[in-house]
Amino acid sequence: MRFVDEFRDADKAHALAAKIAALCEPGRSYKFMEVCGGHTHTIYKHGLEDYLPEAITLVHGPGCPVCVIPMGRVDDAMHLAARPDVIMTSFGDMMRVPGSNGSFFDAKASGTDIRMVYSPLDSLKIARQNPDRQVVFMAIGFETTAPSTAMTMLRAAAEGISNFSVFCNHVTIVPAIKAILDSPDLRLDGFLGPGHVSTVIGCRPYEFIARDYHKPVVVAGFEPLDILQSIYMLLRQLAEGRSAVENQYSRVVPWNGNVVALKAIGETMELRPYFEWRGLGFISHSALRVREKYAAMDAERLFSVPGVRVADPKACQCGEVLKGVLKPWECKVFGTACTPETPIGTCMVSPEGACAAYYNYGRMNRNRVPEAAPAGQS
Amino acid sequence: MCLGIPGEVIELHPEQSDLAKVNVSGVKRLINIGLLSDDPPKPGEWVLIHVGFALSKIDEAEAAAAMEFLEGIGQAYEDEIAALRGSLIE
Amino acid sequence: MTAGSGWIDEALREHDHGQRPENPDGRPSLPVTDREQQVLDRIDRARRRRPRVREERITMSHGAGGKATQTLIEAVFLDAFRNPLLEPLEDAAELRVPGPRDAPGTVKGTGARLALTTDSYVVSPLFFPGGNIGDLAVNGTVNDLSVSGATPMYLTAGFILEEGFPVADLIRLAASMRDAAAAACVSIVTGDTKVVQRGKADGCYINTAGVGVLAGDVSLGVAAARPGDAIIVSGPVGDHGITIMLARGELDIEADVVSDTAPLNGLVADLLAAVPGVRAMRDATRGGVATILNEIARAADVGVLVVEDDIPVRAEVRGACELLGIDPMYVACEGRMVAVVPGESAAAAVRALRAHPLGADAAVIGQVVADQPGMVRLKTSFGGTRIVDLLVGDPLPRIC
Repeated sequence: MRFVDEFRDADKAHALAAKIAALCEPGRSYKFMEVCGGHTHTIYKHGLEDYLPEAITLVHGPGCPVCVIPMGRVDDAMHLAARPDVIMTSFGDMMRVPGSNGSFFDAKASGTDIRMVYSPLDSLKIARQNPDRQVVFMAIGFETTAPSTAMTMLRAAAEGISNFSVFCNHVTIVPAIKAILDSPDLRLDGFLGPGHVSTVIGCRPYEFIARDYHKPVVVAGFEPLDILQSIYMLLRQLAEGRSAVENQYSRVVPWNGNVVALKAIGETMELRPYFEWRGLGFISHSALRVREKYAAMDAERLFSVPGVRVADPKACQCGEVLKGVLKPWECKVFGTACTPETPIGTCMVSPEGACAAYYNYGRMNRNRVPEAAPAGQS
Repeated sequence: MCLGIPGEVIELHPEQSDLAKVNVSGVKRLINIGLLSDDPPKPGEWVLIHVGFALSKIDEAEAAAAMEFLEGIGQAYEDEIAALRGSLIE
Repeated sequence: MTAGSGWIDEALREHDHGQRPENPDGRPSLPVTDREQQVLDRIDRARRRRPRVREERITMSHGAGGKATQTLIEAVFLDAFRNPLLEPLEDAAELRVPGPRDAPGTVKGTGARLALTTDSYVVSPLFFPGGNIGDLAVNGTVNDLSVSGATPMYLTAGFILEEGFPVADLIRLAASMRDAAAAACVSIVTGDTKVVQRGKADGCYINTAGVGVLAGDVSLGVAAARPGDAIIVSGPVGDHGITIMLARGELDIEADVVSDTAPLNGLVADLLAAVPGVRAMRDATRGGVATILNEIARAADVGVLVVEDDIPVRAEVRGACELLGIDPMYVACEGRMVAVVPGESAAAAVRALRAHPLGADAAVIGQVVADQPGMVRLKTSFGGTRIVDLLVGDPLPRIC
């Protein structure tokens, strides 16, 4: 597969790993946060940590849009789905997320009409095919996915479809990164920036991290060589005493983002004054809602949702995992009471969740690459 | 952070200008290219596909540059290993 | 909705009990890798515990062939029916009928050794590229018998038909089954027909049971796998599952994939003739190759190490899987088998398989190892290592 296989080449990985090890200052340890759940997934799926020296620790960030949805919002979605006139449509990732009374998957088993879709356009198709039912699309995702929801809404408006609406849970990445930076719990040396979010918002929004917090940022692709190269670029910045935003994923990410996408979002959605994030609490201007102009497609306005704030189960430590304070296996219920089969929190059940990635791919003894001695010395 | 897959555009939809057929390793699917309306892709160009939409064009020059960098590192690595081996033999 | 939450408190207590006392400055006294290993050990113990079904209702996961299916079988059926013939939970049960000198009803008599198996087919759509539910019904049961080392002989065929199902379609299915049976050299000797109201049974459900004869001393089983054994797959994986997924038409994806449904008895016979020391064979169906690898690791308490680059997958299957975010190792096949053979026989086994049309792409995909028993690990194309766990849920398209 083109643009995929060549970025999974093992020989180049060995070469990069040697360079990375050589760039590590003796006696110094490095903590880099990969913001995206997609990066966490790649790291574990390809066994990328096997190529990194002990000195480098990768800290998993909150970039999993399913993981950060608080339980109350899941309950709201379940409430919508339970309405007999509603067909709830959702990405597969949401199906197993536990609410206070089970997940979409459980509700489906009890007879609720919930259908899995691959694209919001599939949801619109269902609306066309079922004019007598209300079709609600559970919109999740960061800025990567918001444009697709927006375009679908615009298309629905253009076609005059009146039985389609969106339950909008889109969140924005920069406030989450800022919350991490301002958190006293973490001392990070740099960031692997979210590759696909950046195709929409570009690389400029991360400039404040380099400028005000003096941490290097490298916008990274999702193949394992992309991540290794990005780590190399971070180390190079640190070795040279620089902190800047660099774009490793330049084959896909335009520095200025995608104006058409941003316009579509701007036309159909606006920032909420604040939104609750699992683990990070209330963050201002961090999530999107449907604009007044498109109120007829806003599921929250069309139907009433309980809107109750529900605390995470006592045993759940998703919040700390999302902030990067705890490694998945450090959570008290990881792998015992909380498994992909019987999840307590979202991190274990979302395909982009750190706990799911570690449980499904990483849960084993690992040989670490020893720090390479410079050539010529023994 | 979401699943994005590279695919090759094989044909544009004859009637709907915001649709195109893409090929991903022999699998073909119709996707929406409306987000690239400023610079629509042509058959033979590659795009990044996410939830049924093309988010971005893949810049082949940049991809080639990335590969060159990685190959360069590979060559330097091999040179070093050869040098290391050379020094051991003596 | 999970029943009760007592196990959460139990897990918390275990966690606290297992924690070492902290140093006076508050930091745990063990190095990180040891603490991580402690957690992994605790998880391993939790996984080996007696299975319990926590759900109150059956969900689609229970039919996916992964963890939930396994738990259901062990916790409900094995628990209720428990007997030594059922316990191995292989693809077919191995029976020994009473011989002329045994008292009638002797369980392990001196008469003929038989293999007995059953399977139900609920595939939708009924007709798809490469075959139909009738082909699956015959080939699937033939294969379960074959991989047990038996020569398949007789099949039953039970039909549950939905009111309104076209008779012409039923005739087509019956013709397919006749042809499949002839190709596999088996006879369908008895059956049953039921009809249920419109809305139940999705057109047609089929159940087949099969009986075959086990030669003298052939005794296969995954529990016999041991370190040094090679693991071989008979051809590219994932063809059937992807074909079905695309044939459902919900995903608007076109691809040139057809189901791999086929009877494997000829292929198996060739393998057993070339390599008498075959330890075990399994039919790779629901849950895919990954499920079988986990069954081997668990039953024999060994480690399994496979190499991603060595697992044959067609380009289109790979493309569809990447597009949907599914791993081909978990996707169902209907005409592939996994064989465990002694390491020194691997080359001969592959040669024998490749000489047969259905085994043209057979390959060694990995080996049985002694370390990390119970665990399946994969060496990725990239060169790193990761684990391959039992499937949880139904493969969900991963998007975000």
